[in-house]
Amino acid sequence: MRDVYVIGAGTTRFGELWERSFRDIGIEAGIKAINDSGITGNDIDALYIGNMSAGAFINQEHVGALIADYVGLAGSLHIPATRVEAAGASGALAFKEAYLSISSGMYDIVVVGGAEKMTDIGDEMANYITSMAIDQEWETVFGATYASLQAMMARAHMERYGTTREQLGMVSVINHRHGALNPDAQFQREIKLETVLKSGYVAEPLRVFDMAPLSDGAAALVLASGDVARKYTDRPVKVKAIGQASDTISLHDRREICTMDSTVYAAKRAYDMAGMGPEDIDVAEVYDSSTIAEIMAIEDLGFFPKGEGGKAVEDEKIALGGEIPINTSGGLKARGHPVGATGVAQIVEIVKQLRGDADRRQVKDAKIGLAHAVGGSGATAVVSILEAEI
Amino acid sequence: MKAGIVSYGAYVPKYRIRPEEIGRVWGEDGATRGKGLGIMSKSIPSPDEDVITIAVEAARSALLRAGIDPQDIGAIYTGSESHPYAVKPTSSVVAEAILAAPDMTAADYEFACKAGTAALQNVLGLVNTGWIKYGMAIGADTSQGAPGDPLEYSASAGGAAFIAGTERIIAKINGMYSYTTDTPDFWRREGQAYPSHGGRFTGEPAYFKHVLTAARRMMELEGTEAKDYDYVVLHQPNGKFPRRAAAKLGFTDEQLAPGLLTPRIGNTYSGAVPLGLSAVLDIAKPGDRILVTSFGSGAGSDAFDISVTDEMERFNRSAGPLVEDMINVPEEYYVDYATYVKFRGKIRRKGD
Repeated sequence: MRDVYVIGAGTTRFGELWERSFRDIGIEAGIKAINDSGITGNDIDALYIGNMSAGAFINQEHVGALIADYVGLAGSLHIPATRVEAAGASGALAFKEAYLSISSGMYDIVVVGGAEKMTDIGDEMANYITSMAIDQEWETVFGATYASLQAMMARAHMERYGTTREQLGMVSVINHRHGALNPDAQFQREIKLETVLKSGYVAEPLRVFDMAPLSDGAAALVLASGDVARKYTDRPVKVKAIGQASDTISLHDRREICTMDSTVYAAKRAYDMAGMGPEDIDVAEVYDSSTIAEIMAIEDLGFFPKGEGGKAVEDEKIALGGEIPINTSGGLKARGHPVGATGVAQIVEIVKQLRGDADRRQVKDAKIGLAHAVGGSGATAVVSILEAEI
Repeated sequence: MKAGIVSYGAYVPKYRIRPEEIGRVWGEDGATRGKGLGIMSKSIPSPDEDVITIAVEAARSALLRAGIDPQDIGAIYTGSESHPYAVKPTSSVVAEAILAAPDMTAADYEFACKAGTAALQNVLGLVNTGWIKYGMAIGADTSQGAPGDPLEYSASAGGAAFIAGTERIIAKINGMYSYTTDTPDFWRREGQAYPSHGGRFTGEPAYFKHVLTAARRMMELEGTEAKDYDYVVLHQPNGKFPRRAAAKLGFTDEQLAPGLLTPRIGNTYSGAVPLGLSAVLDIAKPGDRILVTSFGSGAGSDAFDISVTDEMERFNRSAGPLVEDMINVPEEYYVDYATYVKFRGKIRRKGD
């Protein structure tokens, strides 16, 4: 297996980008990443695109070829393009496929993109599409939604570990505080705990401010083999490890709902591959599709013991300047959550942190970073570990 | 411009419903919904009221105040998105009812929520050319909201009429500007009972872009700033949007409040800006300057820069009801949801 490096990264601003199309944002992110890397189109061997549901959101499938076409890689260069789908983990898995294609020796330089356009349709329809990531036959048909399953996990976690409503709310407060420092974030405004606690219910006990928003956005990365990475940059970021794991698609079939086993296994595989443990991580982007999802993630990734995530949040151990800064980008909650783009955007943030390019939200001396993405209610998890080699 | 506003009249139905009552039926926190929208109650037309009756009430009031012979009205345009008939006009019925027919022209406008201000532009133009002596522009609606739809908290009823002429002008038109685009955030197809809307899309790219652009351009054209006006009247689909827009334009609450009626009567659609302007004219003094900007979904915005003249001193306002007096109704006119749906014809009876 060859070493693989990230040599370029870029994102669009995330938000309600009503005046822009799916292909438009895909092009912007791709060009930013390519410009950042210093490569040209002729250098690219392949393209991987993470996207959850363009077919349902914008009536467009075959988006791998679409993006290849519109970034100018299809018509004359005929670069192979592959779309990868695993709900919220789509972008992270596209990153993994790109990694494998280089480490295997097949390709030298690969572009990874992630994109989703979710606000061109009504909110109700968008939420219905988002819920396609859970089990249609055994969950959605009986009235469950993505949010209602998160609510069940929250209830169980509160019951078993004494996690409080305020602790959940603080996840959102901290993510918004970080988002306010990110010029690409959908929400760049700090909020008060009171705002979270007074917002309307989505699924009790979770409220509007506990949930990631519907967003448009795209993110892209350029990956290169160890042999060629240093030709283009003197600040490559090494992909140390990627771990992936699956679990049952339905929440009710799981061994346990206060733990995401997929995250636990993906993390274990990633830590083993990297020869590291959670204590080695300086900064992490975790999958906070809801506030309870972030609390469970920081436990399941091993940053805090099971049941103590809420307390760690309350003590602001996850805030910038804390023990382990989490979601410095603002996370899904504040940076925004264009589902297919999220996994790639998380890596973009880690790359910025490891290169020291994160401006006002820079984590001091960040050398090793972790990104964690989840598909559905936890049926897929992907954990990536990156290391600065500067 | 030779033509100006020589009279006006308004009408707001008596019945009201509160958001708490709507929320009670749909299992929602109506109080919070209402607070979020900035709407404390909305007007409801009674069973024998529709756009025609509202238009006639407003038109009569306008005629009485200026003492104009209805036979001198050369044109009537009624703007609404709830004309009682899809095919069969409103304005000719209004013309007959106020005894203005038959030596005249008339037409109905349907142009989202700015059909009333579009009608006003048109009659001002006709009067200005000398083709007619007086022209009447009416904006009125009995707007629709599907049961359970968020629109139920805001969609209400009311309207106002303006007479344009060249003599005894009470409100001089300093300038007009329109900004038109196809930005479809709200629509109702032929044959559908209730409109559809684009959720959050109705904010930034629709309402704010058009209202702010038209208002700013109007001020640029007139070389004015917010502080040069005594009042500002903006389209008011809820209580929040116009407040935010006014603040962005540099207006104070004091300039906005007299023409902001939605918090108490809901969104009267084509009637909203005409009613807001009527409420301001009810209290305005000679020399007062008013900036008016309407908005219609998928239509755009019309802006007017208006100055109240000395003629206002002699104008007989008391010949018609003041907007404020029609807004304030006794508690007995606040109805429950069942009465509301009965009044709005949402319950289908045998034979309906």
